[in-house]
Amino acid sequence: MMIATRGLRKSFRGRKGAVTAVAGVDLVVRDGEIFGFLGPNGAGKTTTLRLLATLMTPDGGDATVAGVDLRQAPGEVRRRIGYVAQDGATWGEVTAREELVHQARLYGVGRAEARRRADAAVRAFQLDAFADRRCKTYSGGQRRRVDIALGVIHQPRLVFLDEPTTGLDPQSRAHMWAEVRRMRAEGMTVFLTTHYLEEADALCDRVAIIDNGEIVVEGTPTDLKREISGEVVKVGLDGGDPRAPALLRGEPYVRGIEPTADGVRLYVDDGATAMPRIMRTLDGSGIALRSIELHRPSLDDVFLARTGRSLRDDA
Amino acid sequence: MKLVRDTWLVLTRQLVLMLRNPVWLFVGVLQPLYFLVLFGPLLRPVLGGADAFTTFVPGLLVMLAQFGTLFVGFGLLAELRAGIIERMRVTPVSRLALLLGRTGRDIVMLLAQASILVAVAIPFGLSVKAVNLLLTFVLLSLVAQLLSAVSYAIALKLRSEDAFAPLLNAASTPILLLSGIFLPMTLAPAWLRHISEWNPFSWAVQAARALFAGHPGDPHVWKALVILGGLAIASAAWAARSFARGVR
Repeated sequence: MMIATRGLRKSFRGRKGAVTAVAGVDLVVRDGEIFGFLGPNGAGKTTTLRLLATLMTPDGGDATVAGVDLRQAPGEVRRRIGYVAQDGATWGEVTAREELVHQARLYGVGRAEARRRADAAVRAFQLDAFADRRCKTYSGGQRRRVDIALGVIHQPRLVFLDEPTTGLDPQSRAHMWAEVRRMRAEGMTVFLTTHYLEEADALCDRVAIIDNGEIVVEGTPTDLKREISGEVVKVGLDGGDPRAPALLRGEPYVRGIEPTADGVRLYVDDGATAMPRIMRTLDGSGIALRSIELHRPSLDDVFLARTGRSLRDDA
Repeated sequence: MKLVRDTWLVLTRQLVLMLRNPVWLFVGVLQPLYFLVLFGPLLRPVLGGADAFTTFVPGLLVMLAQFGTLFVGFGLLAELRAGIIERMRVTPVSRLALLLGRTGRDIVMLLAQASILVAVAIPFGLSVKAVNLLLTFVLLSLVAQLLSAVSYAIALKLRSEDAFAPLLNAASTPILLLSGIFLPMTLAPAWLRHISEWNPFSWAVQAARALFAGHPGDPHVWKALVILGGLAIASAAWAARSFARGVR
């Protein structure tokens, strides 16, 4: 386990009394996975991240981070983790290479070794073109890459990325995904928060959704979506052939069936394998197919099913 | 030792940044220079001829130490907004070093400015022994350490320029006036003198004047060193705790 928390809590004193930001979070993040942390704004994502990264002390609960007890030895946790804040952390008047050297030295590395590591990071994150210019001249995507390079300059086993792709153009975002996958390939565990459901779906091995300071659900994106309702296949038939529902109801992969005005709607576990079988069955009985469509539930449907609200509205 | 190494690391970065934009060093010394050149001559008839500068320059040096450092929190607010402080707080770097590296930069800057001021004052007839000047610089360093730590601690507490600026203005004017910088507090009525006795910077000014007058044995000197030394340590502890806030 890279991270295991039990009942992690944090409240803040606000103008109208205490506000609970994190209300008992239980999480497990496994070694070497990309873990996505989702939730609407103000759900407790960033607070949880800051608790786990030792930037805040929890009010209650326990957590083990990178093999160390968070409350007993926050200093040791700091040595083992990297943290990249949402808004970045470069200073405009210095160059990326200078920042990288200084950051390495903050981890107790000597000057020569720090230079070597900075050069390696410049190569690994492809910063060559601008690493010796001052940070204030960088584009958003360039700055974000420097931020990540700074966060992992000490080769931590675990890195926290707070919304690493927010505000990036599609190309920079694709680049960032590649970097995150590369870090996993190098053996790092990546814990990231994101607003983008497609991103969590495509990039993360497992995700957890937080709402009102509590974990609503945790699992692989595929499992979570399947758990909802399976997938939906909409079949369009010329004239709504009445034999079709009876014929398909007997098929083993069909979990539910609903006649519609111009065809049927089928609930199945796995649409990708069900579609050819549906087509074969109907074809074999001489029923003419006009159209076939697959609807996959999204992580938003998962959130909707659990909370009755849409994640997308707040995101 | 980790604290010394970490402090050096933070200090050198801050000094490099300062040297990249050295114009502020000179801008900072302009205000006391104006006072020296445009106001000092006015004091001669009041304070008794050639000795006027022996009284006036130590006051200006303490003023420089106060105003050069009280506002350093603004720089920290910019660093906070850029995420620099948070990035450093997730590293194992010593929290005290995050403070001492910055106050160290402020002291270096102040001593450079103070040297300029003294160098300019010498042609006006100022004379002071090297050892006494050195002791004065120690005193100024303590004032700078105290006030820049306070400035950083308040900046970390308020986290907003909008609140920071008016607070500093409200606090700095009485501190300045009660230090007896322009005229010795011996000229003040009794009630004002009693209040100023509670102002540690008034002690700094009197000690600096004693040193410039060539009396390092004056009790004001050791008392000021003890008072400001104690306050500097207390403020460093407070500010370092603010840097570690929420983190142990």
